[in-house]
Amino acid sequence: MPERTLQLICPAGSLPALKAAVDEGADAVYIGFRDATNARAFAGLNFDDGTAQQGVRYAHERGARVLLALNTYPRAGNWQRWTAAVDRAARLEVDAVILADAGLMAYARRAHPQLALHLSVQGSATSYEAINLYREQFGIRRAVLPRVLSLAQVENVVKHTEVEIEVFGFGGLCVMVEGRCLLSSYTAGDGPNTCGVCSPAKAVRWSETPAGLESRLNGVLLDRYGAQEKAGYPTLCKGRFEVAGATYYALEEPTSLNTLDLLPQMQAIGIAAIKIEGRQRSPAYVAQVTQVWRAAIDACRAAPHAYAVKEQWQSQLNRVAEGQTHTLGAYHRPWK
Amino acid sequence: MKLALGPILYYWPRDRVLDFYAQVAQWPLDIVYLGEAVCGRRHELRLPDWLDIAERLQQAGKEVVLASQPLIESESDLKLLRRLVGNGRFSVEANDMAAVRLLHAAQLPFVAGATLNVYNPALLGWLQQLGARRWVAPVEMAQADLTDLLSQMQSPPQTELFAYGRLPLAYSARCFTARRDNLPKDDCQFRCLEHADGLPLATREGRPFLTLNGIQTQSAGVYNLLPHVQPLRASGVDILRLSPRSAHMEEVVRAFRDRLEAAAPLADALARAERAQPGASCDGYWRGRPGMEWSLSS
Repeated sequence: MPERTLQLICPAGSLPALKAAVDEGADAVYIGFRDATNARAFAGLNFDDGTAQQGVRYAHERGARVLLALNTYPRAGNWQRWTAAVDRAARLEVDAVILADAGLMAYARRAHPQLALHLSVQGSATSYEAINLYREQFGIRRAVLPRVLSLAQVENVVKHTEVEIEVFGFGGLCVMVEGRCLLSSYTAGDGPNTCGVCSPAKAVRWSETPAGLESRLNGVLLDRYGAQEKAGYPTLCKGRFEVAGATYYALEEPTSLNTLDLLPQMQAIGIAAIKIEGRQRSPAYVAQVTQVWRAAIDACRAAPHAYAVKEQWQSQLNRVAEGQTHTLGAYHRPWK
Repeated sequence: MKLALGPILYYWPRDRVLDFYAQVAQWPLDIVYLGEAVCGRRHELRLPDWLDIAERLQQAGKEVVLASQPLIESESDLKLLRRLVGNGRFSVEANDMAAVRLLHAAQLPFVAGATLNVYNPALLGWLQQLGARRWVAPVEMAQADLTDLLSQMQSPPQTELFAYGRLPLAYSARCFTARRDNLPKDDCQFRCLEHADGLPLATREGRPFLTLNGIQTQSAGVYNLLPHVQPLRASGVDILRLSPRSAHMEEVVRAFRDRLEAAAPLADALARAERAQPGASCDGYWRGRPGMEWSLSS
């Protein structure tokens, strides 16, 4: 078997971000259409057919691939919008579509047998048994793992499937299994599975009060900040709450994932691709992050035993990560 | 329409579980789901114990289904799943696609659980081909969406709906109950045993919001479709699922049975179910609203 080389998969929420990722050495970029058919259905973000076509051409001319996320769950009443999106993706000649819904996979397989299929992280497949079901049924080429497995568990998945395994390496961190989190819809109505949003901006309210700056989601107090505290976007699972008399980040701190340290291990266990989260981020962010990860992957590939995270990489990442703290997440067992 | 009792989602001591199911045998229920459907570390009861309980409930006239775990992480999780699938006697609720693969390979009919995220007829049809004889709608399913879905199916499998109990909203690799006590998950000291109805989480202004239940996060509100039971009969739903709570669960079962048979006014049934209820009622999801809302709030 040929040695698998670790690919770098970068986010693009706009044409300038796509160009930035390609220019800085992404092996592939992933994009979405401008509606609820993908899990970053944010206002002002994403691609229509025109910009997608330009993006595909730009990437292909420079040897990069384009993956299209159609990774939300269609309902009976809006099913056609999702199948039409699969048709559009096929016409655009993207290199693969990233799907979560097996019903939609069946459609794609039937209508566009040449279209490569990836299983989205939103498909919640955390074991080789689940992944191999999609392989047998739909011939998926790649699966993106939810951010819940330790590295040893990821390695076990890789060993037991022909499907390429992609993992998240950097960016926002879902503390819940992707595709199995309804906290947003419980609180605000719209959630990731069917609407492609989490803690939607339209339901967020900020207010200055005598007790401090408060963030609310559909009226529910997510956090309250003192004068010296930095307030980030009020993502539901990263607020402070009261449990048994203690007030703390009961689910997760406002931290993000950074696995630069784990790169040699990720390469050694046969992971096919590392995904950078952040289609909602600016082109400048995408450029910086892609640059660092390209350099890190190249260094790791050239000399895995001599690999060490450079201070310059970390400072470059810290500059764009707005002073956020980083975690190794579930890859590192004590996080659990 | 039939009534089902969901698996106990909390971690109760062994004797409490045995007592509970001795009572369940006497309740007016058609179907009982059994097993540990949250965390692989919980083992007050093991598979042979669950099979014993299943046997007794079957003798009492209940249909018994064994629930599989929604989050499979390790090889030992898969080993347990293979034993569950190969139990030889009782059908299985697949709460993850790993279970679907194993059940399909064994050519066993199964129940497609709520965490399989069935929102459209194509996915449901696919699962039906693989052997699903029944499916449980995602808990966030709205009545309008369910009606649409079922209207587009020629002969759908039996449809089950989560109709009572704290909503299982999310799953994680992390244990939030252990986190509360600054314990690592691998050495959680089984703190879930101390919280028979989960660990309440409130906002910083004291409003009940969520419930921590190990790796599962539930709503604080108790989903309660009692006000909708009569209209539900016409919507194509075959089975209502009631999720166990620690106290007065029999009252809940009887309140729903009364409403199914239109044998009690709604107000009486509600009062009965809400007695000793561990949180306020909610029904937003069913009405296409944020799940936490309640239609009868004053």
